[in-house]
Order: sequence, then C-alpha cells, then structure tokens
Amino acid sequence: MYSLDFVRPASLAEAVTALQAEDALPLGGGQTLIPALRQRLAMPGRVVALAALPELVGLRVEGGEIRIRGATPHARVAAEAPLPALARLAGGIGDPAVRHRGTIGGSLANNDPAACWPAAVLGLGGVVRVRGLAGPREIAADAWFRGLFDTDLRAGEIVTEVRLPLPLAAAYVRFRQPASRFALAGVFVARFAGGRVRVAVTGASASGVYRWTEAEQLLASDFSPGALAPLCVSAEGMLADVQAPADYRAHLVKVIACRAVAEAASGRTACG
Amino acid sequence: MPKDFGIGASSKRREDVRFLTGAGRYTDDINLPGQAYAAILRSPVAHARINALDTSAARAAPGVLLVLTGADVEAVGGLPCGWLIHSRDGSPMKEPKHPILAHGKVRHVGDPVALVVAETYAQARDAAEMIEMDLAELPAVIDMRKALKDGAGDVHEDAPGNLCYDWTFGTPQEETDAAFASAAHVTTLELINNRLVANPMEPRAAIGDYARHSGEHTLYTTSQNPHVIRLLMGAFVLGIPEHKLRVVAPDVGGGFGTKIYHYAEEALVTLAAKQINRPVKWTSERAEAFISDAQGRDHVTKIELALDAEGKFLALRTDTLANMGAYLSTFASSIPTYLHGTLMAGNYLTPKITVNVRAVFTNTVPVDAYRGAGRPEATYQLERVIDQAARELGLDPIELRRKNFIPADRFPYATPVAVEYDTGNYAATMDKLVEISDRAGFEARKTESAKRGKLRGFGVASYIEACGLAPSRLAGQLGARAGLFESAQVRVNAAGGVVVWTGTHSHGQGHETTFAQVVADMLGLPEDQIEIVHGDTSKGSMGMGTYGSRSLSVGGSAIVNATKKVIEKARKIAAHLMEASAEDVAFENGQFTVKGTDRSVAFGEVALAAYVPHNYPLEELEPGLEEQAFYDPSNFTYPAGAYACEVEVDPDTGKVEVLGFWAADDFGNVVNPMIVEGQVQGGVAQGIGQALLESCVYDETGQLLTGTYMDYAMPRATDIPMIGVDHSCQTPCTHNPLGVKGCGEAGAIGSPPALVNAVLDALNAGGHKVAHVDMPLSPARVWAAMRDAAA
Ligand SMILES: Cc1cc2nc3c(=O)[nH]c(=O)nc-3n(C[C@H](O)[C@H](O)[C@H](O)COP(=O)(O)OP(=O)(O)OC[C@H]3O[C@@H](n4cnc5c(N)ncnc54)[C@H](O)[C@@H]3O)c2cc1C
Repeated sequence: MYSLDFVRPASLAEAVTALQAEDALPLGGGQTLIPALRQRLAMPGRVVALAALPELVGLRVEGGEIRIRGATPHARVAAEAPLPALARLAGGIGDPAVRHRGTIGGSLANNDPAACWPAAVLGLGGVVRVRGLAGPREIAADAWFRGLFDTDLRAGEIVTEVRLPLPLAAAYVRFRQPASRFALAGVFVARFAGGRVRVAVTGASASGVYRWTEAEQLLASDFSPGALAPLCVSAEGMLADVQAPADYRAHLVKVIACRAVAEAASGRTACG
Repeated sequence: MPKDFGIGASSKRREDVRFLTGAGRYTDDINLPGQAYAAILRSPVAHARINALDTSAARAAPGVLLVLTGADVEAVGGLPCGWLIHSRDGSPMKEPKHPILAHGKVRHVGDPVALVVAETYAQARDAAEMIEMDLAELPAVIDMRKALKDGAGDVHEDAPGNLCYDWTFGTPQEETDAAFASAAHVTTLELINNRLVANPMEPRAAIGDYARHSGEHTLYTTSQNPHVIRLLMGAFVLGIPEHKLRVVAPDVGGGFGTKIYHYAEEALVTLAAKQINRPVKWTSERAEAFISDAQGRDHVTKIELALDAEGKFLALRTDTLANMGAYLSTFASSIPTYLHGTLMAGNYLTPKITVNVRAVFTNTVPVDAYRGAGRPEATYQLERVIDQAARELGLDPIELRRKNFIPADRFPYATPVAVEYDTGNYAATMDKLVEISDRAGFEARKTESAKRGKLRGFGVASYIEACGLAPSRLAGQLGARAGLFESAQVRVNAAGGVVVWTGTHSHGQGHETTFAQVVADMLGLPEDQIEIVHGDTSKGSMGMGTYGSRSLSVGGSAIVNATKKVIEKARKIAAHLMEASAEDVAFENGQFTVKGTDRSVAFGEVALAAYVPHNYPLEELEPGLEEQAFYDPSNFTYPAGAYACEVEVDPDTGKVEVLGFWAADDFGNVVNPMIVEGQVQGGVAQGIGQALLESCVYDETGQLLTGTYMDYAMPRATDIPMIGVDHSCQTPCTHNPLGVKGCGEAGAIGSPPALVNAVLDALNAGGHKVAHVDMPLSPARVWAAMRDAAA
C-alpha cells in the first residue's frame, strides 16, 4: 500500500466531481482495486468510494428490463434478481466476502477476461449507463466490451446502472479455473421472444468476452445442445496459461455451451 | 472405553482457546518500543551480473535509517547447509556461498539485493523502489534437464555444469542390473514430482532487537526450531556466541517445513538492529513469500521395477534429478538423498534396489523439505510404478502389493537401502483399508457413475516413512552436521503445577495438549496441572525443533525420560517421608505407597517437601524437583500404512472429483487420537493439493508464473472429501519409551499416489489407455491425456 487520498462523496454528483482530479479512480467493492494498490500495480492519487451511495445500490424490474445500479454488490443480485440465471451467476462469484463487497459496476469497468458479469451483460444484450461531468451516456453491451480489461468507459465516468432485457430462458454455466475460480470458460445463453438467441463466452478468449454468433444462428432454429454438434471451436486466439492451453479452452467452450443450452432449455435453475 | 485423560484420550486442544479467541501472539503481533521497519529489494530477474547499485536516492528518502547492500555484508558468513553429501566418486557436494544479500550476481527472482530500514514500512518500501539496479542479464538456467547439458550457463562459477552432487545408494548397480536382465517383466515410468509452495497461513516475519548495554541480541522469528536458528545464525553467519543471542519463535501459524530453515532476513534484521540501535521488523508479504520461502519437491525421475513371472519384485532402479534451486537451503541436500533413497524399499521385500540422484542448481527459489520431505517423492514413484506393473500384467494392484509385502514375522527387517524397520504389519493396514473404504461396494458405485456418464476409479497406495529424526551417530555418518537429539526439562513447582520445557516447537501440531497428556499420565495429575513451554532459547537449554514427525517420538521421549527422573527422585523423598526404603515404594495415580501397607503420600506433598526440606534426606539428595533429559533415538521410527482414494472423472472436461479418501495408518501407540486424525486429514488435504491442484511454474526466463493465488491453486474446503481415518493397526515402536512412530507427514505422503492411481484406474477402466499423467492432474491435463490416448 502507499499513501493516497480517500474521498467519500455524499452524492453521485459529488462523486463525479471528485473524480475529475487527475489520477482519480472510482472505488467500488475494492475486490480488484485494493489488491492492485497493495501490489502497487495501480497507483492512483485519489480513490472515490461509491459503495455507500444509496443512488448507486439496488435493483428493480422496469419496462421489461432488470435494472441494476452500478455499486450493487453481487450478493444483493444473488438474493434479489428475478432471473435465476443472473442470481446464480452472482451467487457463484468468489466467496461470501467477495460477493458482499464486489459490485457489478466494478466488474464491468474492469472487464477481466475471465469475469462472469461481462458474459451476462453481453449475453442478454444489455445497456450500460454511465455518468460523467457531461451527464449520462448509454452504451450497448456490444460496444462496451472492447477487449482485455478495456471498455468504452472514459476517464471521470462512473457506471451508474446496467439495464438487462428479460429473456424467455437463460442460463450461465462456467467451468472454474482451478486457482482463481474465475471462468476457464463460461457461457451465458439467452433466448428471447421471436427465437432470437444470444451466446456470450467469457474466460476463454485472449480478447475477452465475445459473442459466439455461429452458435446463436444454429440455436435460433433449434434451441438444443445437439444444434451445436456441427460446430468446432478453433484454438486460435484462445487464452493459454499455466492452467490450460488454448486447445483445451476451445474444447471447453463447446462443452460448456452445450450444458448452458441444456440448462436453459430445461428451465432448470439449480445452483452449482 | 476411550480414556478421558492422559495417554489415549482425545483431549481438546488447549491451545485452540488462544487461537480461536484471537489471543495467539505471532511474530508480527510483537511491537517493540522504537521499532523501525525493513523492506527488502529483491531481484526482478532470474540471473544477472550486478554492475552497480545506486542507493543514493534511497538513503536520502524520508524516514530512511539504513540501507545495506551485498557489499556492506560481504564479510558476513553465508547461510550454511546442514548436511554434507558425497558424490559417487567420493567428492563432496558443491556448496557455493549463499550470501544474505546478493553480491556480484543475482541468482533467482526474489534473491535479496538490498535491505532498507525506515521509520515506517511504507517509507522503507518506497525507498527500496528508489534503488537503481544496473543489472546485466545472463541466460537463466531453469529446466534441470537442460541445466546439466553443455552450454547451459552456470548458476555458480564454483559449481560448473550446475551439478551439486551425483549420488548413488543401495545395491551396487551391477547387481541390480543383473537382476533386471533376468526379469520376466520390467515396468518403467518417467514422472515429475511437481514443485510446491508451502504457503503457511502466516507469512514469515522477523524482528531484530539489540541491547547495547549488554551486547545481547534477540531475534523474534517465525521458526520451527529457534535453537537451530540460534546455532546457525550465531555460529556460522554473524559470529554471535550463544549466550549473547536469544531466539524466540512465539506462536507460528503453520510451517510445513518451510520455516525450518535459517533465512537471510533473520540475519539482516539482527545486523540492522545493532547498527541503528533500534528494533527492526520485517514481515513478508504473500507475494514475497512466493519468491523467498524455500519451495518443495521438484524431482524428475525415471523408475524401473523388475518382476519375476509370479509378480514378485526382483529389483528397483531409479534415476532422479532433484532441483536445489539457486542456493543450498539448510537441509536441501539431505532431502533427495537420505530422506528419499532410504525409503525406496517401501513396504516390500524387493531384494535389489539402486537409487541414483543428481542434484542440480537452477535459477529458481531454493528447494528444501516440505511436509514429507523426500519420502513423498519416494512413495509416489514406487506406488505409481507398482500400479503400472499391475496394469501391464493384468493383476489386481492390491494383490500385487500383498504378494510383495514384508510379512509381519520378518521384523526387524533390514532393507537394501540401509535402514532397518523395527516393526510393522503392512498386510494388516491394507486389510483395514479395504474394509473402511468399502472396496467391495466399488463396482456398484462405478455402475451408478457410468449411468451419469462419469468414469469412476479406485486407487490405493501403501507408504512407509522414516521419522523421528534422528539417531545422531547414524545421521553424522551420513553427513549431518548437527546432532538430532531432543531435550526436555520437567520442573515440579513447590505449591502446584508442573512446567515442562521441550526443545520441539508447536506450530499447529497441538503439542501443548499431547505432551501434557503424557506427563499427566505418568504423574497421575490432571492435565491442567501441566504446562508445556517451548519456542524460546532463553527458557530451555537446547532443542532441535519440529520437523520429520519427530516431536513426540524424540521430544516426547526426552520428556518421558525427564519425568522418570523426577519420579525416581520423588520416590526417594517419599521413602524418606514414609520411613521406608525406596525399593519398597510404589508410584501409581499420583500416590506413593509403601508396598503391602496403607502408608501413602501424595505427589504434591513430596513436591512441597522437596522445596521446604525440613524433613528431608539432605545428606543424600539435593532439594528441589527439577530434571532434564536429552534423548537421542537409536533408530528412526517407521510409520506405515495404506491409503485409498475414489474419484469420478468427467470424460467431457477431464475434471476430477475426489469422492472419498481413506487412511489406515500404523503410528504405533497413539496419545491423542483426535489430534492424530486431524494431522492425517491435514496431510491428505495437502496431498490432494499436490496431486490435483498445486504447481509452482517458472517460465524459461525464470519468472514465476504462479506467484499469486490467482494462478497457484491451493486446495479449498470444497476440494476435500470426507476422509476416513483409522489407526487401529498398531505395531508399537520398539526403541522409544512411548512406542510411538509419528503421524505428521503420513497424510501428505500416502495420498498423492493413491489419488493419481485412482484417476488412472478411472481412465483405463473407461477405455482410455493412459499410463501416466503428471501432477497436478488439472482438467486440461487429464483431458489431453484422454485425447492423446485416443489418437
Ligand atoms: C477472491 C476473489 C474471487 C473472485 N471471484 C470472481 C469470480 O468468480 N467471478 C467474477 O466475475 N469475479 C470474481 N472476482 C472479482 C469480483 O467480482 C470483483 O468484485 C470485481 O472484479 C470488481 O468489482 P469491485 O466492485 O470490487 O471493483 P473495484 O475493485 O472497486 O474496482 C475495479 C475497477 O473498476 C473501477 N470501478 C469500480 N466501480 C466502478 C464504477 N461504478 N464505475 C466505474 N468504474 C468503477 C475501479 O476504478 C477499478 O478500476 C473475485 C474477486 C476476488 C477478490
């Protein structure tokens, strides 16, 4: 650790103002940022704490969407989300301490290539609302995630809300990386009215969360695991590290996608 | 009837009251008046020449009190290695200096380069980052197999070719080779015993303190053996006589071997405290622990087993490369030799055994003992090659073992690898294992798994270990540079209570409970009358500490002998008080009685008389009731047993789920069954870690790829199944007074081969012809093995 300014704003507006200082970063649950500070991998001069702002915490259903505020901790989503796939995803992140501190906004701003939330937001085709000095902006998920630890978030902006359309059926299945327990491959599938299907994959690709459009097309006409049989996932562009080589991740993407489809199709919501 | 106190009782661990209520006092909890803080600048690269270090900015930084580099401590001795190994040609091992701060060269990522002491830790760390290192990088020597090849580059100029020693042991090679030539079948396996990071919950820490008025140094440190640190640091590194050096190892949050060794930081804070005349504290961060705590295992082995047509083992031949890392840690050289080669007979009658080990320097963190230390490496090879032989010959792996076990009536049994097992009954532990694991029900469970698309497997491993380190004379002949006895003092107070000093150290093992049970039993006193004291060189004269499952068998024996001396003296006092002769006085349940009479006197009255010697045989006996004993064992102890594991493999992903683990151990007599069960379970958890999850990996430049828990997979509670533990098969040790053998490492020794054998059973029974997968059996590796077998 090292010395830095810790700002605890009383409102969102104050938070946005406090963030305009050079070298300032928002602090969500600190589950990623605090370890980075400790190891001196990030060295902001100021952090602006968001977790205690009531305007940024909570979730509700409105206009056919689930709206989750930016500093809502995973545990709250696990307990309250009306969509079982989301509750299960949030309930499977880290351990209880991580879930009670870590936030959806922090996870989306960070865009770790193995994180769970990006798969859900991309898989549901959600919208990320941010606020900066110039006011609010809305960014569609397809534009938000720009690659490894990279998003459309601009300096001085805060993720204030995530809006996720409610699907007919959805599931998130992940295969855990043995050490971190993040996703070695995680697949979020969602089926919407009119047969539209979205499939988002996390953990596997070296360029972060992505949509598996070939799978989406096949599933649109036959929403069953068997529909994916003709597909073969290439190892090119997959992550390779001490836990797994690229070809294994490529193999897993299909296995896990089949499991997610089976689960969504069966309407099973069991946790695991 | 289980006993409710004394030997055999599952007394609750008294130390847990302290630990569970936050009253434990660890090194980092200690803060001395005027204390300053140290940070260490470590090498960011694996191998480089140090052209220059510019410390001027660091020295001028706020709060900085002292900066030391290798040049400042050049005169200080190197960290010593406690065991001299000779190569097959008779030459001594290469023993390059292990400086407390790198000088001239850095040899691994994490090698300490400079010490910075400041008013606060943040200031020390800030200043350490200001030191400019001008390093000329050299090619890193990482892979042991490449390290021995020409042109690999040398980690040390005085160890050209990176070979530390080339050791051979056991039956002469020609005899073993001849047995192979006549064998009906030979099974060969090449395998890696993966490098591990011990990861005790408490990171290392050290505080140096210096009293200018008396010239006395005190070192508080996270050690398993404070007296050993006093000896090594005092005599070899800093030249401080023992009466001017006190070493305190207070509560220690787990050691697993990695806190045995004398580390540079201990010497550095001791030196620094004297130089600035203030206490100096250093506490390792977790990231630092990954690159500075000695690591474990890391062997590459080829093992061959020769069998006759009936499946009897004829001979065993091994060739191992053992990674020493960049420097020799305190016991590094002994682990792949005398703690490994001597166990290659396992539980079997194999008549010819030749073990070859080459120890190799690499640009990696030093490697030393980690729970089991050499014995897991021996057991893993042997128990894997036996299963592979059974598979090749179409034999049942349990039957093949039974056919070759040393029979119960053959003890004492001298193996071809120098040790003599005193007692054992390996068939009995295997029978017990088959019973508690419900081996008979396995086929039904397998069918059920198959219905769910899963491959179920069952695997066993037998093991033996040499514990109770160590008979000093034998150890000395084998190259040990220290004695390996243990000492104890038993002091009976005048008005109540007994204080027992032990030279062993408890850092999770529950000695304060177990040892009190032993003394309570002998003296017939309630356990709460006995206090166990350890961990401070100022409180007891000598001790060799805790490792190698030695504490009860060696340390406990010293306690027993000191307690016996107390009883013998008390008997004489009691005889005097009862006006009888000592031979006629019996001692039982805390009462001295004149045999055949109703005259008796309680132990407490005798103790009081010893300190208030009004009616006392002062002509023959000194007053007081306090005795000391040193115990040096005449042999190792040989705990042994059999482990079973049941797994399910997901053929789609390669994921292994451990469904059950069973341990049938022979630890000889058992003092506290609950603590023994906990030791076995903890050991099995670590074994599951090694077999399934943990692996310390360097890239070819020597950067550690697994330097955080995001990449280094530690076992979690959910990875550990229910573990069935049985220790009812008991063949007591014949040469120590308690008849105990030691239980601290067994779990970590027996479990990895049982688990890997279970996975291979699942794969082969499921139609995947896989002979070998290296640990850890990650999903990716198991999946790749199935894919490659199909190809
Ligand atoms: C032990 C452990 C296990 C974990 N397991 C998982 C897992 O299984 N799956 C998973 O997906 N994740 C996992 N995580 C990560 C966890 O979900 C984190 O909470 C998340 O990555 C970051 O959220 P946070 O609120 O803690 O963000 P912080 O750490 O506070 O911040 C992270 C980054 O986001 C920025 N930021 C934070 N909030 C906002 C905001 N509202 N607007 C703009 N920028 C913001 C910060 O400035 C910082 O750059 C784990 C973490 C830990 C420590």
